[in-house]
Amino acid sequence: MDLAFTAKQQVFREQVRDWLAANVPAAPLRSFDTAEGFAQHRQWEATLNKGHWGMVTWPEALGGRGCDLIEWLIFEEEYYKARAPLRVNQNGIFLLGPTLMEYGTKEQKARILPKMATGEEVWAQGWSEPNAGSDMAAIRSSAKLEGDKYIINGQKTWSTRAVWADWCFGMFRTDPHSARHHGLTFILVPLRSPGITVRPIPQLDGLPGFAEIFFDNVEVSIENRLGDEGAGWSVAMATAGFERGLMLRSPARFQETARRLVELYTTNRASADGDPAVKDAVLRAYLDAESYCLTTYQTACRLNKGGKIGAESSTNKIFWSELDQSMHATAMSILGARAELLPHAPAAQGVGTWLNGWLFAQSGPIYAGTNEVQRNIIAERMLGMPR
Amino acid sequence: MDFTFTEDQMLFRESVRDFLVHEVTPERIRASWETATGRDPALWGQLAELGLTGMTVPEAHGGLGMTELDFVLLAQECGYVALPEPLVHTVLVAVPMLRDIGGELAAQWLPKIAAGEAKVIVGLQQNLLVEDAHVADLLLLQQGATLLAATPEQVRLQHNESIDPSRKLFAVEVLQGARTVASDICAATLVADALNRGALGCAAQALGLAQRMIDLSVRYTSERQQFGKPIGSFQAVKHHMANVAVRLEYAKAPTHRAAYAVAHGQAVAAHAVSHAKLVACEAANLAAKNSHQVHGAMGYTWEVDLHIFMKKAWALANTWGDAGFHKTRVGEHIFAAGAPLGAGATFA
Repeated sequence: MDLAFTAKQQVFREQVRDWLAANVPAAPLRSFDTAEGFAQHRQWEATLNKGHWGMVTWPEALGGRGCDLIEWLIFEEEYYKARAPLRVNQNGIFLLGPTLMEYGTKEQKARILPKMATGEEVWAQGWSEPNAGSDMAAIRSSAKLEGDKYIINGQKTWSTRAVWADWCFGMFRTDPHSARHHGLTFILVPLRSPGITVRPIPQLDGLPGFAEIFFDNVEVSIENRLGDEGAGWSVAMATAGFERGLMLRSPARFQETARRLVELYTTNRASADGDPAVKDAVLRAYLDAESYCLTTYQTACRLNKGGKIGAESSTNKIFWSELDQSMHATAMSILGARAELLPHAPAAQGVGTWLNGWLFAQSGPIYAGTNEVQRNIIAERMLGMPR
Repeated sequence: MDFTFTEDQMLFRESVRDFLVHEVTPERIRASWETATGRDPALWGQLAELGLTGMTVPEAHGGLGMTELDFVLLAQECGYVALPEPLVHTVLVAVPMLRDIGGELAAQWLPKIAAGEAKVIVGLQQNLLVEDAHVADLLLLQQGATLLAATPEQVRLQHNESIDPSRKLFAVEVLQGARTVASDICAATLVADALNRGALGCAAQALGLAQRMIDLSVRYTSERQQFGKPIGSFQAVKHHMANVAVRLEYAKAPTHRAAYAVAHGQAVAAHAVSHAKLVACEAANLAAKNSHQVHGAMGYTWEVDLHIFMKKAWALANTWGDAGFHKTRVGEHIFAAGAPLGAGATFA
């Protein structure tokens, strides 16, 4: 065990820091759930890619830097410290990207990954259906192979980023006589295809962060099938694993929230201490964010040495989502009567971005598999309790 | 950056785990409750033979010359079996204190500890009472600003019975003849280090205790049938145990980091130890609470083994600094002006 960064890692950190200092936009971008903000964020992805910082863990040939997971964590730390824009293409780079690396053909990788890296093609996810939420194996949307094309019919919902995205990925039932997780196929669908209707769904903040997607005899070339026909479930499970696991939510984000929470508490201490639970909650936020960081580093080091991530990725998702929720709840109580105010309201001094974070934190225990489903997975697969 | 244990460290853990699970059974612990001292010289001899009592004793004094980091996984295993013998205390607290005092005292006692021929016990004012003072061949006692070394004849012990029959606690009154081994800053440093090491030992044992309570609960809820099926198949029961697994999973790395910080004498050690003790003891307390709940009335009995582990977890949370003590230390660290917080600060 050696808990110091190597000289090479320190140099890498400085390199990231310097580049971000020179390139992160001075003014915050608009929300990527607006047309203008989406375009700004797409532009930022292109800027990142130009500096080869789009996805540092990818091979150099695909626009990355071939970094290991420790370097990726360092990159994320600097990224959040620099308050760089959120990643509009996170469904692509963090979820589909790693899945493509594992299951994609050479042709698919070469065709899809570079455009994903530049932000030229932004990805939406198409997991849920009206009757297949937590029970994802209840998927009914169908894909029928005719010649070298799939004909897709059905409906997906809660598709994050689908309003302005270029592509979506998801599972479709290719065997009409199959049941549950059999007979499903993982297919990548261009969202501009004829027969597709995207209906935006406004979220809690009023902006259309997700959408319904209707498929009416949509033709998709067979070259957009990821993995074998009927193997969709195992491909999707790999994606869900990445999502819950390391890639989607690196510790830096939560450590920065904890730091801001300590700051919010110390500047509002006189009023905040009226509720003695607040100080304890701030302490706990700090400790849990640190625990998350330490545990992630330990896991990353294990994976670097060839270890595998298993059912413990479900503990990860519960931990960060509940941490995020409780940190923002604490911030809301410190802000008191100001907490409900939108940042531009005249009386909203010092509210920062907490309200927005609070709203988003509500989604954490739900997306990427509800925390109830994660608890079932932990109990059955990690602890071995009976089904 | 390498946050993993070596293959040797993992193998040592495996062999110690096998030994402890085989030897230190709940039956043997219950049998120890019926003996005069509650301690088992034969078992202590076996631990010494495995090199465990001398793990942190320098090689020059007949030990293995290893560090707190080498021992932390083994301390977890001691927790897993709720080992009544003061092994964690010896390796993490008494030996390092003797080693740091050095000189004649170290030369006299360290080889005996490594050989399993003597037990040295440390008593700090932070702790209300002194654990295992009745089996000590030498006591190192904090008395105000000084640290005393006392033989059994130089103290009077008053037994204080714990709800955990495995814990033997004593008020220690120092009589004539005890000698001062350190004073002022020197004593304060020794005491502060001992407190951190003792708290680290609690954290590591708490991890093992939590795991044991999960294992007992998984087995019990897989066997116990109600409504025609194992109660462990019900979601409400599953989620109790999943919640424990989550807290336990995220208490491990802080504990390993604390062991590393202590072993390397890092400035962050005190803070890292407080972090570890808080989260590990919370995980163990949650394990106790939820394991008891899923055991139902059986968990409320003397007969079912759960309480062996539950009571130890309760006790560890409040010794070597209770939650208030450790939270205050964390608070001093994070609420100070210019505190190193946020992304990138953890290993800086």
